[in-house]
Amino acid sequence: MSRREKTWWIIGGILIVLYCLFPIAWIVALSLKAPEDIANGQFLPTDASWENYSTILTGSASELFLPALRNSFGICLIATFISCVLSMFAAYAIARLDFPGKKVILSTALGVAIFPVISIVTPLFNLWRQIGLYDTWPGLIIPYLSLTLPISIWTMSAFFREIPWEMEQAAQVDGATTWQAFRKVIVPLAAPGVFTTAIIAFFIAWNDFAYGISLTSTSASRPVPAALGLFSGASQFEDPTGAIAAAAVIVTIPVVVLVLLFQRRIVAGLTNGAVKG
Amino acid sequence: MASIEMRNIVKQYGDGYPAVNDVSLDIADGEFMILVGPSGCGKSTLLRMIVGLEDITSGDMIIGGKRVNDLAPRDRNLSMVFQNYALYPHMTVYENIAFPLRLAKMPDDEVRRRVTEAAEVLELRDHLERKPANLSGGQRQRVAMGRAIVRQAEAFLFDEPLSNLDAKLRGQMRTEIARLQRRLGITTVYVTHDQTEAMTLGDRVCVLRKGRIQQVASPRELYEQPVNLFVAGFIGSPPMNFLPATVQGDQLQTPFGPIALDERRAAAVRGRDLLLVGIRPEYFEDASLVDEAKRPLGSLFRARVDVTEWLGDSQYAYIPYEAPEAIRNQLRDLSRELDAEELRTQAIVSIDATSRIREGREAEFWLDARKVHVFDPQTGENLTRDAEAGARLTQMATEDRVEQVQEAQAQGTTVGGGASRAGAA
Repeated sequence: MSRREKTWWIIGGILIVLYCLFPIAWIVALSLKAPEDIANGQFLPTDASWENYSTILTGSASELFLPALRNSFGICLIATFISCVLSMFAAYAIARLDFPGKKVILSTALGVAIFPVISIVTPLFNLWRQIGLYDTWPGLIIPYLSLTLPISIWTMSAFFREIPWEMEQAAQVDGATTWQAFRKVIVPLAAPGVFTTAIIAFFIAWNDFAYGISLTSTSASRPVPAALGLFSGASQFEDPTGAIAAAAVIVTIPVVVLVLLFQRRIVAGLTNGAVKG
Repeated sequence: MASIEMRNIVKQYGDGYPAVNDVSLDIADGEFMILVGPSGCGKSTLLRMIVGLEDITSGDMIIGGKRVNDLAPRDRNLSMVFQNYALYPHMTVYENIAFPLRLAKMPDDEVRRRVTEAAEVLELRDHLERKPANLSGGQRQRVAMGRAIVRQAEAFLFDEPLSNLDAKLRGQMRTEIARLQRRLGITTVYVTHDQTEAMTLGDRVCVLRKGRIQQVASPRELYEQPVNLFVAGFIGSPPMNFLPATVQGDQLQTPFGPIALDERRAAAVRGRDLLLVGIRPEYFEDASLVDEAKRPLGSLFRARVDVTEWLGDSQYAYIPYEAPEAIRNQLRDLSRELDAEELRTQAIVSIDATSRIREGREAEFWLDARKVHVFDPQTGENLTRDAEAGARLTQMATEDRVEQVQEAQAQGTTVGGGASRAGAA
């Protein structure tokens, strides 16, 4: 690559990063503006204040926000866990075993993944009300599984396919049952894949709005994205923009922390040295 | 330790192609058996059927007197070294070697003792705490062997264990495997496509072609009394030369002049028309360097040398010859089947390293007629095979072997006492 080309790449990269980070910077700046400062016409607040944060964490909006935060964490973690365990078995079967209908499962999973959420929200709303799942945690966990499972199966089976089959056969010859070989050899090797899948699944569940707003009605199960939409200002003539921005910043934090935490685990190349190399 | 018997083993894949076809083979207790053949001959499949990683379509697999067809790999108590080692990358070398013992729920101090012993034998002591990713190819190979010898397996199975190592290391590991096997005295089945490994390691060698056994014999018998064209062409490097020949009385007419046959061989080929005569490179010599006493035992001919290769300790000369179309096609097919590509009909001749024969010139060669074999070009059958002499060679190898094992084990118990019993203890 010539010097000139390199320069262009760097400039291009910086532009893209700026383009991506600008909305985030904007919302952070917004969250630090006091309500009367929001329309100051500037990017930066005239005087940075934590007022919005105190509103949502301890103030008037905390009744709405804090339970929602708890719901979001609980529901998303459970959905992620279930989806990881299920997709681990499914992906193992898809990667290793030869059975009729393998293609059907994969394409169905893909079909479910691209199916528009909004089209099943209304029927689901009716069904949930009738069977008593409306406004409960399971009432959200189940639809979240339908969102996270397909993508989890796809990513996980890609990871399983990468693990040399000899590894498992060696374990079997060494005296392991199929289950032991899976648990002691395949699962540890697939760990980076499981973490990656878990993070993706968590994001999908965490970001959902359509199910969250339609299938809940109280703080018993309402997740954060839905709660954000229900914020109101101090009076009805005041926009809750600052509070929403602060809440948005707060819900972004766990996602960032999650990625930073597992970044090292997601490194590929754990299988290096297993085979010839 | 156990014997392995195979009775009419067949492996058919979904498309009906028989990868292994009606193989019957007896491997004695403590024997080192080599399965060898060109790629796609079914040798690996056969090995995987022994260990239980492939289902057996039909036939009986009997290990230690017990039919194991329907047993899972873990119930067969065999240990295997895979071609790519299949080490567990998330475990240390210690845990890799200890893995079979851990699965057997062995107490910790027993595990420690055995792993340390195995590591001692394989010189892995300094690497026990490292991960496989940080080891060299040879070290990984040794870890894989450590995992195999650490428990009391009925037999060792090797699936081309050295093919990923470079040439020098391969030679070292080869002798290492031979030494280890002699010391432990455990039945071993070793798959390879490398005939040097086959010749040097095996007590007996089983040559496979397209899923069928061609010949099972000691390396010496395979070399001196091959049963057919395929075995003759496969064993030996450089390979045996095949020349077209016609019978004239007690003589064979070849592109390199007439070859006189003794009474037994002449009787075997009498009445035949076109034949192939197989001559190993070392049966030739530069005529000027042959002893007067030896001279009458062979024949002399003149030929133009195309290329010579001087290797220091030996020298090869390439002599092109003409062959009828049919023979040429057949030789081409054969070499293709042996994973080689023979472009021209030429004889490879081994001459003394001091010979002054130079390329592009005509020279006089001497051909030792005593050991040539004559093959039927249609069936490939060796018409002049001396079964008795062959059996004698294998018998001798077996006796040598018994002696070697006793020797090795006697040494093992005095020198490296406990260590040599790592797998057998």
